[in-house]
Parts: sequence; C-alpha cells; structure tokens
Amino acid sequence: MKIVAVCGMGIGTSVLLKMNAEKVLTALGIDADVEAADIGVARGAAQTADIVLTSDELAPEIGAVPARVIIIDNFFDLDEITNKLTEAIQ
Amino acid sequence: MALNLAEELSSITTRATAADWRAAVRLAGDGLVAGGVTTDAYTDEMIAAVEAHGPYIVIAPGIALAHARPAESVLKGGLSWVSLETPVEFGHSSNDPVSLVIGLAAIDHTAHIEVLKAVAGVLSDKEARAKLEAATSDDEVRAILSSLAVK
Repeated sequence: MKIVAVCGMGIGTSVLLKMNAEKVLTALGIDADVEAADIGVARGAAQTADIVLTSDELAPEIGAVPARVIIIDNFFDLDEITNKLTEAIQ
Repeated sequence: MALNLAEELSSITTRATAADWRAAVRLAGDGLVAGGVTTDAYTDEMIAAVEAHGPYIVIAPGIALAHARPAESVLKGGLSWVSLETPVEFGHSSNDPVSLVIGLAAIDHTAHIEVLKAVAGVLSDKEARAKLEAATSDDEVRAILSSLAVK
C-alpha cells in the first residue's frame, strides 16, 4: 500500500504526519510505504497512491485524485490517525 | 527520547504578546534570526506560506508549526519556541486558537527529521504539554524539555 502525507512545503507538517502514520501502521500490522510530499509533488504522487493524508486546508488543493483523501485534524493524535486509517483501509 | 529539544531550540519566548497570527509567526521568525538560524526573509516566507496555503501549519489544537522551504534565507537548521500570553486565531477549522508557535528552519528535506521526532514526542505527551504551556520563563521551558529527554 502506498500512502502520501501532504503539506505545503514538504518539510514540516507532512514529515510529522508521515512519522505518526508509520507508528500507527506498525501498530496495526499494516505494511505500507509512507512518503512525505509538498503540495506540488503531491498531485503527481497521489495519482499512484492508495491513500493521501493531509489537513482540511490543503485537501482542496490536491484536487481530484484516484487515492482516498483522509483529512487529519490533530497530527499528534494517534487515536484519530488510527481510527481514520482503519476506516479507510477496511 | 534521545534528543534534548532544549539544546536544539535557538530561542525560547514565553508569555509573548501577539496582535494576530502574522505577529505570532513573526515572533517565531525573530527567534530564529536571533539564534543565527535564518535571515529576516525567512520570516516573510513563513507568513507567505500561510497566505498561499491557508493555516494548515496549525497541526494540533493550539499548536502552529511555522516553517517555509529550505532556501537562501536559512543559514542552518533550527527551531524557535514562542508561547503566547493570549492565544491568537489562525483561521483553522478545528485547532484554533493557537497558544504555541514553533518556528522551524531546515536546510534540506532530511537533516531535521530527528528534531521533528523530538517535537512530536514532546507535544504528543499531554502531561508534558500542559507543563510546558504553564511555564513562564525560558529556563523553565528548557528544564522541562531536558527532563523529558532523560526519560
């Protein structure tokens, strides 16, 4: 499974999101490749990804992609990430 | 966690006053400049990032991670810490108002990963965060961060 974590610059929030998503995926026992990307790169990367993780503000900028777009409100809340990823994967 | 954030922070400001989100980001930028991490241009770039992409830097309730791209305005990697006396609105749909602004400058896409891990570790810890928010001095914030690093 390929997951792309998206932020505006590709160095801060997407990296945090990637770290916490990896923690959650490990805990869930799901084998996935998580990539952090800025919004420019993300539009391309999202074409081949299964899931895109991002914030409410950036989701509209990603536009129409085949991947399922999941909006995370609190990037530090592992429960929120766990619940939303579990729901998307099942 | 192994990394001591107290040693990574180039500047800590507590009980700061900011009229709005731009002023709050500017304080975080000033902290980076004071630490020799960035030039003033980086502060403008952090503000421009929010103007371009919205307040997505408000990554958790009450916390903004102000940053821009690695650029000439970044002299070295670094972090600044600004806690606000009165929280300000960034216009975020669920995480406003913001009481802590962390300024982040990175020289590339990978060098600051360990620092970000430490930030995530500290701020995901609700008890630690409450203590940090209640801290009223630079020394107090550093002492709390150092005690967390020992754990």
